[in-house]
Formats: sequence, C-alpha cells, structure tokens
Amino acid sequence: MEDQSSKQTYGLSTPSMHLLLNEFPLNQVESREIIDKILLSFKDVPGGLMVILNEIQSQIGYISQPIQEYISAILNIPVSTITGVVSFYSFFTTKPRGDHTIKFCMGTACYVGGTPQLMRKAEQILDIQTGDTTPDNHITMEVCRCVGSCSQAPVVVVDEQLYGRVRPSKIPPLIREIMKTYEDS
Amino acid sequence: MTKITSLNQLINLQEQIIEKKRDEITSHPGKSWGPEKFAPQALKEDQELDAPRGKEIRVVLRNCTLIDPESLDDYISEDGYQALAMVLEQNTPEQVIETIAQSGLRGRGGAGFPTAKKWELTRNNPGTQKFIICNADEGDPGAFMNRRVLEGDPHSVLEGMAIAAYAIGAQQGYVYCRAEYPIAVRTLIHAIQQAQDYGILGNNIFGSDFSFNIELRMGAGAFVCGEETALIASIEGKRGEPRPRPPFPAVSGLWGKPTSINNVETFANIPQIILTGPEWFASMGTEKSKGTKTFALAGDVNHTGLIEVPLGITLREIVYDVGEGIKKNKGLKAIQTGGPMGGCIPASMIDLQVDYESLTAAGSMMGSGGMIVMDEDTCMVDIARFFMEFTKEESCGKCTPCRVGTYSMLQILNRICQGEGVEGDIEELERLSKVMKVHSLCGLGQGAPNPVISTIKHFRAEYEAHIYDKHCPAKVCKALIHYEIIKDSCTGCTFCAKNCPVGAISGERRKPHEIDQEICIQCGICFQTCNFNAIEILPGKVQLVGEHS
Repeated sequence: MEDQSSKQTYGLSTPSMHLLLNEFPLNQVESREIIDKILLSFKDVPGGLMVILNEIQSQIGYISQPIQEYISAILNIPVSTITGVVSFYSFFTTKPRGDHTIKFCMGTACYVGGTPQLMRKAEQILDIQTGDTTPDNHITMEVCRCVGSCSQAPVVVVDEQLYGRVRPSKIPPLIREIMKTYEDS
Repeated sequence: MTKITSLNQLINLQEQIIEKKRDEITSHPGKSWGPEKFAPQALKEDQELDAPRGKEIRVVLRNCTLIDPESLDDYISEDGYQALAMVLEQNTPEQVIETIAQSGLRGRGGAGFPTAKKWELTRNNPGTQKFIICNADEGDPGAFMNRRVLEGDPHSVLEGMAIAAYAIGAQQGYVYCRAEYPIAVRTLIHAIQQAQDYGILGNNIFGSDFSFNIELRMGAGAFVCGEETALIASIEGKRGEPRPRPPFPAVSGLWGKPTSINNVETFANIPQIILTGPEWFASMGTEKSKGTKTFALAGDVNHTGLIEVPLGITLREIVYDVGEGIKKNKGLKAIQTGGPMGGCIPASMIDLQVDYESLTAAGSMMGSGGMIVMDEDTCMVDIARFFMEFTKEESCGKCTPCRVGTYSMLQILNRICQGEGVEGDIEELERLSKVMKVHSLCGLGQGAPNPVISTIKHFRAEYEAHIYDKHCPAKVCKALIHYEIIKDSCTGCTFCAKNCPVGAISGERRKPHEIDQEICIQCGICFQTCNFNAIEILPGKVQLVGEHS
C-alpha cells in the first residue's frame, strides 16, 4: 500500500527523475533516506515547505539544486518557488558548509564591541574571507545576525557553542581548539 | 498521565506540588512577586538577568531563573494555568476582552496597538476558523527579552496564547520563533508537549468545550518576518514578504482567515492581568502606557542585561539607577531604542519618560525593547551607517522605496564615513528619508530612515565635521583617523606586532615599536590588545601624518 502511494506521489518514471537520483547527494542511500523521511512526515502539513527546508538544512547541511528539484517533484511545487524560498532566507545554503562553523555576531552591541577586529584576526589566521570555507573543508567563517547575547558582547559562536567577551587574542586558541580534533584522528 | 479537568483540580495539584517541594527544598511558593522571591544564588551566575535593581518591577520576567522551564509542575506551583482555568469556567470571551481593555495593555512588539482592540476586531470578523499567532521573531540587534521569556518561562506564553485564543475564538495557534534561538525552540517544543500531556492544550481544555492546540514554526534568518504579514507568508511556507494592509490580519490573515498576531511579551502579561486584576496592571505606568516593559540594556553601561521597568520611568533612571552609570565614568552621548527602526536619543533628553508617545515624539520608538547606551566615544554617523547596512541587507526587495532607498542612503553614509562626503549629502539623506517613510510597504522601510533622521536632527554637527572637515570627532571612522605608538609608554613587549593582522608594526624587543602608516589598515587590534595604553588614536587621514606629529 505504502509502495503504491509513494509511486503515485512520485509519479516520476520520467528520465529526468532517473538523472536526478544519480546526482549527489541523492545518490547516497543515507541522504536519500533522511530526505525521504522528512518529506514523508511534513508533506501534508499546511505550509510545510518551510518546515521541510528547515529540517533538510539542519540534517543534510545544505539544500542544493538537485535537492530542490527533488522536493519540487515530490511536493508538486514548481522548482522556481522552492528556489525563491531557499534564496530568501539567510539560514538556507545551497553549498555544503565546512565541518565547523565560526559565526561572528554582527548585532549592535557586538559590532560596537569589536566584532570587525575579531573577523580580521580570524581571516588572517585561516587565510580566507568571511563567508568562505577553508580549502580543507574544516572551517567556515560566517557573519550572523544578533544571537541575543548582547550583554556578553562581542560574541563568537563556534558550531552551537557560544563564546562571550572575546578579545582578538582569543581567536588563535579558539581556532587551535577546533583544529585539534583533526590532529587526533 | 492524568489530565486536569477543572480549576479545583488544578489548585489541588498546585498544593500537592508545593507540599512536595517544601519537603525537598525551602522554596518560596508565595503568591506575590518582588525582589524577595529571587534566589540570589541562581542569579549570581546569570550574566543576563540579575536580581532587580533600582525601580525594576518584574511581571513578565517574574518566573525567569526562578522556575525550571522544563517543568510544568514548577509553573503550576507559581499559579500557572489558573488564569486559563478561571477564564474558561467563569468568563465569556467578551468579558476576557473587556478585562484586557481595562488593563490598558498595548502591544509589546513595538507599535503599541491596544491588545484588546486587536482581539475584538479579530473576534468580530465572521468566520468559524480563526488563528492566533505568537510573534517570537525577535530580530532587532541588541534585543533578547523574548528569548529569555521563552527559555525561562515558556508556559506563561502558552497560557497567554490559550486565553487569547478563547477570547477571539481560535482553535489553532502558532508560535513563530526565529531560527537563531535553538534553545528557545527546544524549550517551547518541550513545553507544548507537556501541556498536551496534562490536557491543558488539546480538546475540551479543563473540561470546557474549548479546544485549542499550538504548533511551533521556525523562521530561517529573515528579519522582515517580524512584520506581521511577512510572518504569515512565512508560516504559509512562502517567501517572507509583506503585503499591503488593509486588509489587516484581523480580517484576512493566515490562509485568509481572521488572525491575531501578538508579541511574546504581550502574551506573557495576560495570565497576570487575569489573576491579579486589570486595576493592578493599570496602576503601573503612565496615562496611555500601562504596565511594565522589558528592555535589553546593552552598550556602555556598567550593568548590562535584561531589565523590566514600569513604563513612565525616565531614561536617566534606567541608565544611572538600573544600569549603574556609564562604563569607566565616561560621558553619555546617546541612547538608541527601537532597534534598526528606532532612533538615537541624545544625552540632553535624558529626563524623557519612557512610554510609547514620548519616544515617538523624540524621533525614536519603543520597538521590541533593545536599548543601547552609547558613550562619548561613539560616532553617530557610523551608528547610522551600521543600522542602514543592516536594513539594506534585510530589506526583502519587494517594494522599490525600501530596496533602492536603503541602498542609496547606505552609499551616501559610506562615503561620508570614508571622508568623501560632499555638500548636499545631508539634504539628500533627508529627502530620501521622507520618500521612504511615506512610500514603503511595511514598517521596515518606513522605519529604516529613523536612525539617520534622528542622528541628523541631534548630531548634525558631527555629520558636518565628517563632510567639511574630514574629521571624525569620536575617532571611529577608519578613513579619518590613524594610530600611533606613544614612544614613552611602549615597553616593547611585541604583543601588538604579534597581533597586527597586516604586519604593520615593527620594532625590537624592549624598544619602542612603530606603525608603518602605509601598511596599517586602522583595524584597531593593537589599540585593543596593548596592555600599557601605549597606542593612541589621532585624527586625520594617514596622508596627513606629518601635520599632526
């Protein structure tokens, strides 16, 4: 029964679907399973597109063009609509991020408290621009909107861990700490 | 899990919980709130929320840090959900609206629309399906009041929503929370689940024929989604773009149905108003602005963090009594309220009363409650530029005045900060501000020029100094300053040279260092990291070094 209903919804024995399923990350069994599970749970929720995109972003890490086309085929929504939503919200990315993300808070208190200096320091050490990922795919540097910890400004968020009252001299040890995980393995 | 089916049962449960707690710890189950209730130990370790100081009164924040946000029992022991149970057993929806009207509660999201009026409009619109939405998309940089309420006392918001839903006749509610607040999202999901387990959300709440459920929806990092029509679009799974009003959401909101959207803080006030009575609430505040307001006090005050003060308090009391004065005893320059859509209030107006009308008259606004105190070392042009950069980034681009206006204004402000301002720039900024204010589609575009207008109004001389003298009085704008090492103070510790991102500092160990002005990018890291205060900021462009030394 479930098989049949999925065939109906997918309705995509077209050659393009075959090509689509060969593309990364849809050709990875693991990723396909995650995406299918998300789609199945939320496709009938009213206004579910945002929920689906949020889930895919957090579990897969990005919403690339093939993923968008796949969602489009399953939800029967034009891919242009999906791309429109994905490009509108800054939390959705189309490219994979690095393993770790350093976010620099650009809220008012942090900006006045010296976030720009922290960014310069990190850019110097990592040799990348803010918004980019290191060539080894370890660290992504990003600017983010106020994280609401203004009383601890300036604030840096490494993955989900928040660091407050950061001085420029604290940036090198912070990055060393992240890189340590790679040395061990 | 047994479901609670009446007010009596709820009160019995409360007594049991308190009894149990009394055995466990010496907790404080009293019915009043005030400083004596705050456990000093927990607050000591909290960097955001201290014990109340000065003239603070805690209504919205009364439970924060005091109860375990993950425990519904804790909330029930603090009279939780009694207001909802009372309303369902004893009041008609009209009576609830009347009570809120008597309290004089106005929307805490910033615009200050009377809450009762909004509910009444939504209630009176025909239709069997209605929605209540909690706007938890607190995007203003520098504001984190709602996050603390959601993380510290989520049930008070859910209870407020349920009461509102009863009043307007809604069966379904949504909390729209921004994605930047993962802990708040987790806490809320947990709280909703708990409330459902106890039968406080769901079908036939407290044995009445009122059914109501709440679902959490997450944003994805778009500031404009705090605007009500954009928020609705986002819940519907679309791009979060605002649409023209009317029709207002009270007429045609979520999926075209009558919808009432209220702020987190507004909802958190509701249970208290019902329990303690509208007269008590109306006794706080001014004639037109009742109750208390939370502010996120940030910037150059000694005591930053979350505060809750009665409306009508003066800015002086907030800065000097609650905030305990300016850091390092510097002079106060301005206070910024209302976030990127607000304005800067100069130090000369420090005796201004904090209420909706006074702040608007001063060229700022209440906003959701960010309050950034700026000392004399702040450049007002740079602040205006900073906010314009924010609104330019966050403008959704749907309407032209906002999309093009923010961009054009930012270009002019950038030029001024880089020392390339020309005569007529101020007038052009004023002209663009007027156009944007009148013609933009939503509050974002209409409010975006406010920081510029207010800084021009109160600090015009600073703009003129940038444009005509190529001089930044606060020594902030990079293109108009340069750094030098004071030879007598420098110990040659090499710390600045190590930290300089461009390698502009050279010198031997234990001998005074020097900055190569050609390489220096004025990032200010050396100034911040020097332990001997041996680096000074001098006015003038780099090329002018000779003139100043």
